[in-house]
Amino acid sequence: MCGIVGLFLKDRSLEPQLGSLLAGMLEVMTDRGPDSAGFAIYGAGQPDTLKLTVRGTDLESVAEALSPQVLGVVRDTHMVLTLPTTEAARVRAWLATQRPDLAVTGAGQRIELYKEVGLPADVARRFGLPQMSGTHAIGHTRMATESAVTTAGAHPFSTGPDQCLVHNGSLSNHRSLRRTLEPQGIEFSTDNDSEVAAGYLTWRMREGASLAQALESGLDDLDGFFTFVVGTENGFAVLRDPIACKPAVMAETDQYVAFGSEYRALAGLPGIATARVFEPEPARVYAWERA
Amino acid sequence: MRVVDLADTTRRALNAELHALAPETNETRWRVENPGGQHALAVGLKAPVTVEIAGHAGYYCAGMNQLATVIVEGNAGVGVAENMMSGVVHVKGDASQSAGATAHGGLLVVDGDASARCGISMKGVDIVVKGSIGPRSAFMAQSGNLVVLGDAGDALGDSIYEARLFVRGAVKSLGADCVEKEMRDEHRDLLRRLLGRAGVEGVDVAEFKRFGSARALYNFHVDNAAAY
Repeated sequence: MCGIVGLFLKDRSLEPQLGSLLAGMLEVMTDRGPDSAGFAIYGAGQPDTLKLTVRGTDLESVAEALSPQVLGVVRDTHMVLTLPTTEAARVRAWLATQRPDLAVTGAGQRIELYKEVGLPADVARRFGLPQMSGTHAIGHTRMATESAVTTAGAHPFSTGPDQCLVHNGSLSNHRSLRRTLEPQGIEFSTDNDSEVAAGYLTWRMREGASLAQALESGLDDLDGFFTFVVGTENGFAVLRDPIACKPAVMAETDQYVAFGSEYRALAGLPGIATARVFEPEPARVYAWERA
Repeated sequence: MRVVDLADTTRRALNAELHALAPETNETRWRVENPGGQHALAVGLKAPVTVEIAGHAGYYCAGMNQLATVIVEGNAGVGVAENMMSGVVHVKGDASQSAGATAHGGLLVVDGDASARCGISMKGVDIVVKGSIGPRSAFMAQSGNLVVLGDAGDALGDSIYEARLFVRGAVKSLGADCVEKEMRDEHRDLLRRLLGRAGVEGVDVAEFKRFGSARALYNFHVDNAAAY
């Protein structure tokens, strides 16, 4: 099961509503995934500034210890640390040695990534998603079938700067693929198959592929069932496996591109009655980029 | 006409009302507002009534239909008219996967495209798709007719039994044991009747090709193992 949603805005005037629109989409997908939920949102960012999202407890003390160069904003169990990119190595080293209990869920110029166990509406509310603004966002509601209901097992997964992935499906060659990616320096923090898909795309893009090219090669290298929605700093893409095992529906208007596991997730979007609603074809990469 | 607004009525209440209709009911026209892509709309109908769904429908719309006419004025999700027995289901937009799956009778018309597995395991239904159909359509189709005015995706009619497939556009590939067959007068007559029932005009039946079973896989033979 699981539900996935994504919203990529073309019209800047909708940016203040991004969080509230995504929260609505996530909540509708509760039937497909009531165990846990997560989302990545691309908000404001500065060229020489890094945003690190960390998850754990006793977060206030982290911000204090790293101030004044590092600014920390706590949202429930997560905190976004904003720091000059020149401080990145020092801060990461400090976190690794002083606070190994914390998980870094996302890193980049603009990405913030939150995930937690609980009903999607509660998760969205705890992190203040409805009040967030940004250019694009993706989300996931999880119904765990193969592994425990834990925060670490929730989506999205981020394995590279400003990159994230949500996945509905299951991969069968993730162990072997992982063994080829780890020697390439791709790091994984869970045993989850979806994180391997994220890592695979990170590796491809690091080697020079565009997001669309990375997904294209994934059709050859990823074995299993998948509908992916992927975000990068300025991009948004969708890919389904060659037999389209998992559901997907998309809507496009002059204002946005939206993805949902089911049309119900899109039914509340502005202008949906006149949107072009279509089902993405199997094994075809759909990608959009912001100029 | 009876209008039910799903913005303030539950789907279960709607379906319960439709199920309670007697065959001789006078409430023969229904309109469902604000469907919002909800699943299982107008399933299990068994009275000769007409239900218009004013928008997009979710999964299994009009499943198990008997006698009723269900019109979807938008797209339909997975499994529209699944296991239909009789009546008419008309989707004015696109249909998602497995449209008309296992349906025994009646007529399913899709004005747009139908995606993968259209008519999978169809057992007597007539399906007319005015656009194109996705891969693996008519998989293990047993009887009935599938008419496609556009193209067909990969592996059309894989492991087909006795259904007839008529395609006007390109067929990307045929599945195991599915072959092109001669169009005889009886097939042209049948096709004309099907197009007429679906409201298709101005299309020449000579533009279609007919596909069906080579009947080589009816019984397992080890020489055919590679074809499965």
